[in-house]
Amino acid sequence: MTETVKFTIDGQEIEALPGETIRRAATRLGIFIPNMCSGLNKYYRPDGNCRMCMVDIEGERVLSASCRRMPTPGMKVNLSGERPEKARKMVMELLISDQAREDALDPDSRLWKMAEKVGVDKSRFPADARPVPDVSHPAIAVNLEACIHCNNCVRACREIQANDVIGMANRGSKSQIVFDFGDPMGQSTCVGCGECVQACPTGALLAKSQIEGKIPDKQVQSLCPYCGVGCQVTYHVAEGKIVRTQGHDGPANLNRLCVKGRFGTDYVHHPHRLTTPLIRRDDAPKNANVEFDGGNPLKYFREASWDEALAFAARGLKDILERDGSKAMAGFGSAKGSNEEAYLVQKMVRTGFGTNNVDHCTRLCHASSVAALMEGIGSGAVTAPFTDADKADVIIVIGSRPAQNHPVAATFIKNATRRGAKLIVMDPRGQGLTRHADHMLQFKPGMDVALLNAILHVIIEEGLTNEAYIEKFADGFEDLKQAVKGCTPERMSEACGIDPETIRTVARTYAKADKSIIYWGMGISQHVHGTDNVRCLIAMALISGQIGRPGTGLHPLRGQNNVQGASDVGLIPMVYPDYKPVTSVETRERYEKAWGMKLDPEPGLTVVEIVHAIHDDIIKSMYIMGENPAMSDPDAGHARAALAKLEHLVVQDIFLTETAHYADVVLPASAFPEKSGTFTNSNRQVQMARQVIDPPGDARQDWWIIQEIARRLGLDWNYNGPADIYAEMRSLMDSIKGISWERLENEGCVTYPCANEDEPGKPVLFGEGFPTASGKGKLVPADVVPPDELPDEDYPFVLTTGRMLEHWHTGAMTRRAGVLSALEPEAVASLNPRTLERMDCLPGDRITVSSRRGTVTLKARADRDVPDGMTFIPFCFMEAAANLLTNPKLDPYGKIPELKYCAVRVEKA
Amino acid sequence: MKKNNQRLAHPKGRQVDPQTLEEIRHLLGDRPRNRDLLIEYLHLLQDTFGHISPTYLAALADEMALSQVEVYEVATFYAHFDTLAEGDTPPPPLTVRICDGPSCEMAGAKDLHKELIATLKDAMGDRVRVVPVPCVGACDTAPAAVIGENRIGNASVGQVTLDAQKGNLEPTIPSYTQLDAYQANGGYRTLQGCLSGERSRDDILKTLETSGLRGLGGAGFPVATKWRFLVDKPKPRVIAVNADEGEPGTFKDRHILETNPHRMLEGALLAAWTLDVQDIYIYLRDEYPHIHDILLWEIPKLAEAGLSDHSNIHLRRGAGSYVCGEETALLESLEGKRGLPRIRPPFPAEVGLFGRPTLINNVETLYWTTEILDKGADWYQNAGRPHFYSVSGRVKEPGVKLAPAGITVNELIQNHAGGMSDGHRFKGYMPGGASGGILPASKGDLPLDFGKLEEYGCFVGSAAVIILSDQDDIRETAQGLNRFFEHESCGQCTPCRVGTEKMATLLAADKWDLDLIEELSQAMRDASICGLGQAAPNPISCAIKFFPEDVQ
Repeated sequence: MTETVKFTIDGQEIEALPGETIRRAATRLGIFIPNMCSGLNKYYRPDGNCRMCMVDIEGERVLSASCRRMPTPGMKVNLSGERPEKARKMVMELLISDQAREDALDPDSRLWKMAEKVGVDKSRFPADARPVPDVSHPAIAVNLEACIHCNNCVRACREIQANDVIGMANRGSKSQIVFDFGDPMGQSTCVGCGECVQACPTGALLAKSQIEGKIPDKQVQSLCPYCGVGCQVTYHVAEGKIVRTQGHDGPANLNRLCVKGRFGTDYVHHPHRLTTPLIRRDDAPKNANVEFDGGNPLKYFREASWDEALAFAARGLKDILERDGSKAMAGFGSAKGSNEEAYLVQKMVRTGFGTNNVDHCTRLCHASSVAALMEGIGSGAVTAPFTDADKADVIIVIGSRPAQNHPVAATFIKNATRRGAKLIVMDPRGQGLTRHADHMLQFKPGMDVALLNAILHVIIEEGLTNEAYIEKFADGFEDLKQAVKGCTPERMSEACGIDPETIRTVARTYAKADKSIIYWGMGISQHVHGTDNVRCLIAMALISGQIGRPGTGLHPLRGQNNVQGASDVGLIPMVYPDYKPVTSVETRERYEKAWGMKLDPEPGLTVVEIVHAIHDDIIKSMYIMGENPAMSDPDAGHARAALAKLEHLVVQDIFLTETAHYADVVLPASAFPEKSGTFTNSNRQVQMARQVIDPPGDARQDWWIIQEIARRLGLDWNYNGPADIYAEMRSLMDSIKGISWERLENEGCVTYPCANEDEPGKPVLFGEGFPTASGKGKLVPADVVPPDELPDEDYPFVLTTGRMLEHWHTGAMTRRAGVLSALEPEAVASLNPRTLERMDCLPGDRITVSSRRGTVTLKARADRDVPDGMTFIPFCFMEAAANLLTNPKLDPYGKIPELKYCAVRVEKA
Repeated sequence: MKKNNQRLAHPKGRQVDPQTLEEIRHLLGDRPRNRDLLIEYLHLLQDTFGHISPTYLAALADEMALSQVEVYEVATFYAHFDTLAEGDTPPPPLTVRICDGPSCEMAGAKDLHKELIATLKDAMGDRVRVVPVPCVGACDTAPAAVIGENRIGNASVGQVTLDAQKGNLEPTIPSYTQLDAYQANGGYRTLQGCLSGERSRDDILKTLETSGLRGLGGAGFPVATKWRFLVDKPKPRVIAVNADEGEPGTFKDRHILETNPHRMLEGALLAAWTLDVQDIYIYLRDEYPHIHDILLWEIPKLAEAGLSDHSNIHLRRGAGSYVCGEETALLESLEGKRGLPRIRPPFPAEVGLFGRPTLINNVETLYWTTEILDKGADWYQNAGRPHFYSVSGRVKEPGVKLAPAGITVNELIQNHAGGMSDGHRFKGYMPGGASGGILPASKGDLPLDFGKLEEYGCFVGSAAVIILSDQDDIRETAQGLNRFFEHESCGQCTPCRVGTEKMATLLAADKWDLDLIEELSQAMRDASICGLGQAAPNPISCAIKFFPEDVQ
């Protein structure tokens, strides 16, 4: 329907826009029609079940639900009149017939407000027995007494988030909202996203914090502090404390949140927060095997004033710089900080320390992706947003577990499959998307290239390539063709464990579709062949022409809320902002001019290389802002020894992290909701974070701390705040030229690249070629390289590591978030039930996992998603740190360690 | 702590037992794992184990790549599945169901039920349970009992106990006209005429139009018009055959299918040919297992005889839900979901089964379609638009009666049903089953036809005529019917879900609150999504209007 429709409501002429229902048109024009089951927001399909919005359409026998009914030209709708009014009142009376406002947990719910509006305050019908509340979930209380069967929660769980936990069981008056098989919510498959709580209009599903909490006195719109999805969040604050968060309608989340964003922000109020600067006690020498005690900083430190601490921190840095020169210095910034903070850290290291030894944990996540993307298509960021799943016909997700790690991005992929898009998941482990997938390729770990080369082989051999596209936009096709000629599905099948016919089907499905898109994560990048893996994915997209159009492209899902932005602004040893190489004379001169001093012409060392350089007595002093290498680096024992070995270590953080235990001075910083700044998500969307609350005690803004250190290193910095810093960045970065601070304050989000203030930004890139010298993409063939450390007799298992839904990265924040830590309170290693059975272990037994580098003891979890012979350990558990076991061997191009694969021994503890 | 330990020992929620999963895979064999077959597979579990346990349900969900709740809500929606909660004791191996439909109640079903509980407990202990069941479509042989698939008419305590003890669970297949006999009598001549090109699609549609045939499932919509809706709709199109007659008092479709099933099948194949439809879905009420057997036997013969090359016939079982007889709820059920009626528009002709344009016809409608296309529109008109009436209750000879449209109840009783039962005086009647309202004997000369009873708050519907006598208390009848609607409400919309439940409490009061009852009734009529909720107050309003002495 493309035309407007003229009809009348109570005699008044109305013009409905194309596709508008009667109720939506009326609402747009300010005519109020009561409603309960529909009308939450535009993303919820109107259901028409509550019958609150009934109207009388002339000429029809019964009343009609205006939330569902499309107007037709000339239709006469009566909203007023005895019949529709009486019907609506009676419906409300029936809805509240088993409850009373004075007993309600949420007397100000949408239900009671609506009852007021239609003029019903109680029911004349005898009330039914009241169901018993279910408080089994740590975050959500279920009080079905208030339930009106409007189904908003079912739509929330099924159609919006596609988690499929909530349903309506039984029928008629016995109908009841259930979780799984009518299980207590806390024992169900519920992932705690809380979408149902946000959708429930009655208080039947309530955040426990809302029941116990105070009435909010303000709301602030900002962002979620966790992953790279970049959800917009409305924070509700009461007396200076965050009491509730709700999804806001940002372009990356459309009101949605996951369990971390919804229930995981109370870490900011945790008693472990650092509130005063700390200087290492003389009687507490550094020790690689220090007993971590994040709640007791005074065990190793003494409190100091800011003046003393800043002076102490700077003096230590300066002394070593003067003694040993720039090569002895290094700094880590954080992918959790804002663009402004990341920019300041790299500027301080480059100008204050005089070295390019500056890096951050992008090295541990997508360094290989960026290496391959820069080489192949001249740009390290995504070519299309993850929300383009909506437009795709075929979706490949490889080496990524978005339902766990990018839950809100996963919802868009799941929504797309419901719409009919084909989903192909490739992962050695089963996962949250398996059930939604048309093809689940559980290939042998580390055999990505074998599988992908076979797919490339089929695309080429069967003539499924897009010749016109290759001709116009790709170099190196002949080489690729030769390289994969021998990679028949039959030959690769044994290596990767996927049968040849499936490989063929998948190759055809991907290449033949009108629009195919590829998502990947750390399962692709964290290998010694990580760059090769990504080269294969780029090749798939280029030879099939599946890039540069909406619904196509390459999307490495970014792990941290600002890993994209931190990389963009140059928090990388080889490049300045906008990925301009430090080796380029022209660029260097530009920055020397802008920053007013000579700059180091050599690329700096990367994260793992810096650790080696400490052991090699080259690097002696470090500044670490918001990073936790003691937990996140591979072979963490080795990394910790390096940290302990540093002569002078300054740590700027909000908690006494494991890394901070090795510091000489710790500077208490501000948590995400305590500051303003810009953050760039996985979609290249630059978004504004706004300060929600004040930092606790004497904790300070991060930009201020960095500036104070820089000043004490002799730099003449005079920024007044993030806006100043952003202005400087923008003057140097073409990518964000069109995105002013003011524009972000107004619009909240703009996608880069954006050249002018009046341009919307470009969500989909490279429709007309690539930012390479030739304007073409480069096809780079990859050989099958096995993982560095294969299982053997002594270490017969494969260990893979990653995150879990509730715990983010090294757990510093999430393990101090009440709900998240209640949901996943202790260290677990997941193994196949068959593996456990063979080991004579029961699920829940304690086991010891050892590699050539370390040993951890933790609880065994029986999980059939994990293949036999493999174990998965999340790296967030300090008491059983997975990275004590991992292999630091690097990918030669991206310098990323093989965190996804090493050989271990598993024994009953 | 122990509990937490167990929770942490596994990923979230109920885990699928690997062994059970293997069993399920074995049980399903090479059947497709399509979602629309979920109800069929739930039957498979129920039939195999006598109940559905969480362990098996979880494995089935996993095997079908559905979430646990998606299968649970379907399993718990339908009355024929004994879906257990965690830790529930399975039901006894044997279930005896006693029909509590209006005609069976008149025939003493309540006493039968009571006595059977005692007798069977003595005879079989806890190996058997006796439960009530809504109308099973055996009103001509009331009271009815069902053990497994064994339907027992004119049930006595002795017969039921004997069958239960012997474990007689199999259906009795009546003798019916099989394909060869049907063809020998000229059956499928019309279809062959179509297939061979002798008859045109236009001719078929015109004949139907001229005949004035109206849908006999209850709504009476002109059949030719309904067919024509599909003509310009995109393909693939679908036909759904509504063989889910569940209106208490109705058993005419049963009669057709257990005597002459090919009359319906030919009608469906004619429709498929006329409208270029490749898939026909027959949704058969699960209370008719003997007909399921008949159709399972006869349908493959059609393919062998080359009569169904133009369309695949899919046979699906209902699972004990009256509302699934409502055409859009039926579509939902065919898709393997809960039977929630859809909000119209869009109509099934536009968006029907699996989103495709769909024609839905009732069994009897297709029966007369074949008759008319065989014998001509004039023949049908001249015969007075005949159709089948299901007559039961207080008459001497209950049964399916062939009579012209517009016959009166007095004529039906006297000329077709052998008069009132001995010792009973005609007091009133339900012209259209549970939902068609109740009329007094004084209105016994009204024509039973579409559009003739509406002014009295009644309708003829599926022509299930139940005769009441001076020994029947209309207040109790109305209460019983409301209980039925409450039990069968799908629960989707407020007026019906809460309305039927609150109505029950109002009707239980010593003195009826007539104003509130009327207010509630009006809202249910006006605001319910489907005919169930809209018609549920009919018997109550009629009781108040026509039988004030019974309800005061």
